[in-house]
Amino acid sequence: MSLYQGIFKRDMHIAFKQKAELVQPLMFLLMVVTLFPLGVSPSPDTLQRIGPGVIWIAAILSSLMAMERLFRDDFQDGSLEQYMLSGMPLPAVSAVKVVTHWLVSFVPLLLLSPLLAMFLNLTVDMYIALVLTLLLGTPLLSLIGAIAVGLTVGLQKGGVLLALLLIPVFIPLLIFATSAVDSAALQLPYHAQLAIIAAMLLLAAALAPFAIAYSLKVSQN
Amino acid sequence: MLEARELTCSKRDRTLFEGLSLVVEPGELLYLRGPNGAGKTSLLRILTGLSSPDSGAVLYNGMDISADKTGYYQDLFYLGHKSGTNGSLSALDNLSFWLAQHNVSVPVNTLFDVLEKVGLVGLEDVPVRYLSAGQQRRVALSRLWLKPAKVWILDEPFTALDVKGIHMLEKSMKEHVGRGGLIITTSHQPLSEQAGEHRVFDLEYRF
Repeated sequence: MSLYQGIFKRDMHIAFKQKAELVQPLMFLLMVVTLFPLGVSPSPDTLQRIGPGVIWIAAILSSLMAMERLFRDDFQDGSLEQYMLSGMPLPAVSAVKVVTHWLVSFVPLLLLSPLLAMFLNLTVDMYIALVLTLLLGTPLLSLIGAIAVGLTVGLQKGGVLLALLLIPVFIPLLIFATSAVDSAALQLPYHAQLAIIAAMLLLAAALAPFAIAYSLKVSQN
Repeated sequence: MLEARELTCSKRDRTLFEGLSLVVEPGELLYLRGPNGAGKTSLLRILTGLSSPDSGAVLYNGMDISADKTGYYQDLFYLGHKSGTNGSLSALDNLSFWLAQHNVSVPVNTLFDVLEKVGLVGLEDVPVRYLSAGQQRRVALSRLWLKPAKVWILDEPFTALDVKGIHMLEKSMKEHVGRGGLIITTSHQPLSEQAGEHRVFDLEYRF
């Protein structure tokens, strides 16, 4: 109860007070995706071939911009200290924060995805595969990202370091996600890729909250 | 009773304190004194469990605080240099979310009363970042009257407060001690008589 009232509602409240911070990464995503037809080639075939990769790369890059929001303000204004002294279990607090972060930064992306799919001439099959990979993959971005944010939040300029830490970690996700969409384009089954992403997600969901809690503790020392 | 046993803390190869032991009984106000860099904040953070000492232990009522976190944190109020209030939330929201986190239920009217007491009438709904430094400090301090904590650990609580604010805080420190509460505080201004009797603990700067 205290988690729901004290963390979930609070974070939702703050998110809607800071709409600009939520909209900017989405605008960035949209712009990156629109740059590709201009920069690479506007031919529908090319766009369809590179489309899934473009959307996923843009999603990862734009997520990095919003990632710091997870704990930056809480660390700087001392709210994090107060969470730690509240008696709430820190792994549970971390898990709730990740859930709210996913809701406010990735659900809008999912809503935007039909538009992106149309931009890049994806077929319906490809789009379904894309949405499935985004549904399974973006919570993974939030979970893993939160560990890195926890580790870098105490540093003065953690922004670039955060990207350097996270991008290599996201490579497997990118490979399986785009491969799933490619398979869908060829009318091949892509259960295997989805299963692997789901397995990564489950593993992260089970372990990441503890890792996040530990990294936040370290950042306080 | 809060007890520190043989605490050692070093930061960047400099030992702040070594083998430091102290006991604070209920109904006692401990005034921690020392020059900048002596390790006052580090000591207070160790006493709250936010950071861990290089060696030694902190005990609350005879229990190691890392073993009985929930029990200790129910009784603890800590205010550090950072106020723990989010700038885009109003004073009222900040307080009610904080109370939910600490599992304290307080009727909304009490929140208004406390905000009135600390002199923030009419500013309850203003995002905290638009308030002055002293007013923000008052929002943070108003939790003192909301959470029934026995142990107050206050790091420089008088920063940015005006004379009236300091008086009010000292008075409630005295009341808290009178009720059998326990306070550890640091401050660069000496405590006035208003704060009641207190024990002074000096930390020295070590090279």
